[in-house]
Amino acid sequence: MSAAVEITAIEKRYGDTVSLRSASLSVRPGEFMTLVGPSGCGKSTLLRIIAGLAPQTSGEIAIGGEPVDHLPPKARDVAMVFQSYALYPHMTVAENIATPLRMRELPRGARLPLVGRLWPGVGERRARIREAVGRAAAMVEIDGLLARRPATLSGGQRQRVALARAIVRHPRVFLMDEPLSNLDARLRVAMRGEITALHKKLGATFIYVTHDQVEAMTMSSRVAVMMDGGIVQCASPAELYADPRDLRVARFIGSPEINVLPLDALVTANAGFAPFAAEWKGAAHAAFRPEALSLVADAPGLAVACRVERVEGLGHETLVFLRTEAGGHPLTARLPAGAFALFSGDSALAHLTPDDVLLFDGAGQRLDRRHVTPTGGYAHG
Amino acid sequence: MADIVLTEAPAAARPRRLGAVLPARVAYAMAIPAVALMVLTVLAPIVVMLAMSFTDYRFGEDAIPFVGLDNYLQLLNDRTFRRALFNTFAYVAMVVPGSVILGLLLAVLIDGLDHGGRLYRLVFFLPVTATVVALAMVWKYLLHGTIGPFNLLLVALGLPGIDVFGDRSLALAGLAVINIWSLAGFNMVLFSAGLTAVPQDLYDAAAIDGMDDKLDRFFSVTLPLLGPTMMFVLVTSTITAFKVFDTVAVITRGGPRGASDVLLYTTYLEGFSYFRMGSAAAMTTVFLVIMLVFAWVQARVLDRRVHY
Repeated sequence: MSAAVEITAIEKRYGDTVSLRSASLSVRPGEFMTLVGPSGCGKSTLLRIIAGLAPQTSGEIAIGGEPVDHLPPKARDVAMVFQSYALYPHMTVAENIATPLRMRELPRGARLPLVGRLWPGVGERRARIREAVGRAAAMVEIDGLLARRPATLSGGQRQRVALARAIVRHPRVFLMDEPLSNLDARLRVAMRGEITALHKKLGATFIYVTHDQVEAMTMSSRVAVMMDGGIVQCASPAELYADPRDLRVARFIGSPEINVLPLDALVTANAGFAPFAAEWKGAAHAAFRPEALSLVADAPGLAVACRVERVEGLGHETLVFLRTEAGGHPLTARLPAGAFALFSGDSALAHLTPDDVLLFDGAGQRLDRRHVTPTGGYAHG
Repeated sequence: MADIVLTEAPAAARPRRLGAVLPARVAYAMAIPAVALMVLTVLAPIVVMLAMSFTDYRFGEDAIPFVGLDNYLQLLNDRTFRRALFNTFAYVAMVVPGSVILGLLLAVLIDGLDHGGRLYRLVFFLPVTATVVALAMVWKYLLHGTIGPFNLLLVALGLPGIDVFGDRSLALAGLAVINIWSLAGFNMVLFSAGLTAVPQDLYDAAAIDGMDDKLDRFFSVTLPLLGPTMMFVLVTSTITAFKVFDTVAVITRGGPRGASDVLLYTTYLEGFSYFRMGSAAAMTTVFLVIMLVFAWVQARVLDRRVHY
């Protein structure tokens, strides 16, 4: 019921503009793979190429081990859910859901409006389609809306109809193009859970495109981060967060954004980091997550001299926005909620454990520290 | 609670403009020029025409004898009028499907072009911008029975010549072709506008759902989504076709032997050649009623099928 999707060196050019450059990705059978990236990174283009809606300039797509590059969308055994839902406005919900089956199972004459009903010999097939539509609608809990038209439904209900139209045929691969972007924030959180549950129930391969890193992190088995038409890193959500291989990935994943300092603003300006100067040689940027900073006076780690700019209490946690004394670089600290006697303008010492620091070279590539012999008081594996 | 309702309700009910509340008298007074203009230019002429249809008024005479329903009763038995009525319906039955289908076909074909769409639209729209009388003269020459290039071509090919406007069975169809030719460009522009409102996502969804054949996509997506445009085009085309007059007046003058006599041309002759204004007014009333019925039926029937 599920199939692997093998994307090999896909390139897409529109005249002189390159939209995708040599994108390669292996999606395992039954996996929930998310393509995430800022707008314009080529993620939707890649999805459309997988679906067969747009031809690639070069490269190859294989579904279930078979190359599908020569096949039209219909023959690829994929279903797609669109951001705009793309429901047929002139059809009822039931007719919308039935369309993929009608197109495949009924002969052209039987699909004609009005006279099609009289077509002989397809009664049994029609009954089967009705049954399948009922099952798909029940799965996304819209069985009560089958006679309505899309215009009379809410955004969330329309999204469910689009999902039902996708699942009714039991395709091997589901493609979803920002399906939750048009929903309001609360509904989006609820639908996230429902789509993950649907993935478990169906066991099919999902390829999900979004620009929302929260969706990517919460729903996926693996996430492929795309930047400038290429796949920069593909890993599990936890791995992406803890072990980004590229500065752009580190910046894209996580909210508030990861702190990035030029190396000298950290090492040269703060005496405690002096022992690392030699070890971190060659790195251009030091990056660390907001939760790696502590503002408690006796916290472990080395001190970074800062000035408090703004404090945001979020209830369960507090975000403190700082600027380094040296160079005035912005930093964010994520602290457990509690009473803070901190006000904007105060000086503060932020404590940072060197193990939490990720190093990147001038081109934004991650530098592995494991091969470097520690020279300071902190050993790392 | 009670006084809030009391203070707010009258304010909401009164007409407001730029924050000022106008007394009803002032508001009505300001509407008078527009209402007067509408009454004088639209409603009054219709009323006068209705009144005239019950008289035997002749152009240039002082007396206006009242004859009741006589004019209408005479129309029932008037062979010329019945032939004109039949010809008009036959003409509409040719022009409306022809110009709507051709316009839709052109719009869809041009919409599928990568280049040159603007040029084609311009070319097909040209007949709409030209004067009908001038174009009618050109068509009359082109299809002329002896000196027309179309006929000369047929003769040169060894085929028998056709005198379109001299042949009783062809004259009306010939006029219909001219109207289809000029109306199709107009309908094409309307359909083109309708097509741009069809979201690309729907075609993508259709391709995934298995409609990879152009015909399937056209009948399952494009045509239903053009519903509102289609209704508008049908109504305007029908009205335009019903109003046919210039080509008849210029090319055939209702001939040969009444084969292309249409409602408006007969009315025109009755009123301005024979000066029988009463009878002409009765014909105009019939024409008006037909138009109203058509517009009403089309709006009702099509409105029910284009709900979204």
